[in-house]
Amino acid sequence: MGNMKLTLKIWRQSGPNDKGRMETYPVHDVSEDMSFLEMLDVLNDQLVRKGKDPIAFDHDCREGICGMCSLFINGEAHGPGRGITTCQLHMRKFKDGDTIYVEPWRSTAFPVIKDLATNRSAFDRIQAAGGFVSVNTSGNLVDGNAVPIPKHDADKAFDAATCIGCGACVATCPNGSAMLFTAAKVSQLALLPQGRPEAKRRALAMVEQMDKEGFGNCSNTGACEVECPKGISLEHIARLNREYLAATVTKE
Amino acid sequence: MARSAILGSSLAKKYWMALTGLFLSVFLIAHLAGNLQLLDMSPEGQLKFNAYAKFMTTFPVVKAVSYLLYFSILFHAFDGILLAFQNRKARPVRYAKENAGANRSWASGNMALLGTLILVFLVIHMKRFWYEMHWGGLGLDADGNKDLYAVVAAAFSELWYVALYVASMAVLAFHLLHGFQSSFQSLGLNHPRYTPIIKSVGVFFGVVVPILFALIPVWMFVNR
Repeated sequence: MGNMKLTLKIWRQSGPNDKGRMETYPVHDVSEDMSFLEMLDVLNDQLVRKGKDPIAFDHDCREGICGMCSLFINGEAHGPGRGITTCQLHMRKFKDGDTIYVEPWRSTAFPVIKDLATNRSAFDRIQAAGGFVSVNTSGNLVDGNAVPIPKHDADKAFDAATCIGCGACVATCPNGSAMLFTAAKVSQLALLPQGRPEAKRRALAMVEQMDKEGFGNCSNTGACEVECPKGISLEHIARLNREYLAATVTKE
Repeated sequence: MARSAILGSSLAKKYWMALTGLFLSVFLIAHLAGNLQLLDMSPEGQLKFNAYAKFMTTFPVVKAVSYLLYFSILFHAFDGILLAFQNRKARPVRYAKENAGANRSWASGNMALLGTLILVFLVIHMKRFWYEMHWGGLGLDADGNKDLYAVVAAAFSELWYVALYVASMAVLAFHLLHGFQSSFQSLGLNHPRYTPIIKSVGVFFGVVVPILFALIPVWMFVNR
């Protein structure tokens, strides 16, 4: 147990239809070696012991891979620090006596389920609209390594594929745009020969779904790239812009 | 390329925003070149400026381009307002605390505000000069041309108008600082070798053009 004392201003909302409000919670016995989520575990433990409703928040792997943890901490997605998710944010980033604001992702397309947990299935629907390669599974599979791919392209595709779909880009964007996510999911396939046959249909369908979900429009502020835990580059948004433009102009 | 090519999708709106924005940027250079003639305040300079103004309002090619310009201004404003409303709708509950300075430039997050201020300036600006030149009761100069120079000199002898003009150029500078390079990104023109050059050109353009524009009313006010 540590000895940091903090004041937390946390968004509480009992359900999707509740209006919600910021509430203030003191928390004690916080160690600077704890992750932010472990600190919330400590707070929830203290709340439960007092017979109060614990705070709902998303988390799963707690090692920066799954993309489940979210939280807008002190005005930034996944809090201060770059290239990390909330589970990789440690309390040594804060000082004893600090006041910390904790809010859910704010987006029309990510409705709050309870407190800090939001429904991010809009991302799943964008992905399902075209973020895949149709593979013939009848038994005559082509060996993946038979198609030569330049190392540079493979690396770029992999960079895009590191997107964990956490939604920090949407939460950070002043317009609530999902362009970085959609661009990463288009780019990881557009750069590879296996992804080319369906490239046009993919770009059109995924952007259409993105717009349908109620995300905002990209203003190229670059905020998403800064806050992305995986460092997905704006280059991918430019690639989506090219892919979509080419598909729009040439579609029949 | 039916409906989706104009305003159907978020990306189509951005393409048109970028294309009209770049066209308006090119127009700024032409406008500035004309304005810089005002720095010559001698009687011959005044006559030359009025002759230039007559050419710009009567030469058919220039007239044709000017209609494209009016359309671009209106479309850029309309499209921008539409985008801004959609963006507001995408985040109905605002953050209690938002550290915008941590991840974006102030201009990039306030393009709609900056654009609205420029639109307000344009209305005042065009009423004062463009409307007067076309439909106002202007006197004639020694060569028999409409004396637009006198209208400009009168406007730039009023301190409030000079101040408004200079402030508007500062707003324009911030709009261009983000907008110029952003339009290339919207059109998908991003390349590790060329993007840094585009960004540098954008900063140079966004600083130098508004400063030169602002210099003219200040110069004319001081030498009135």
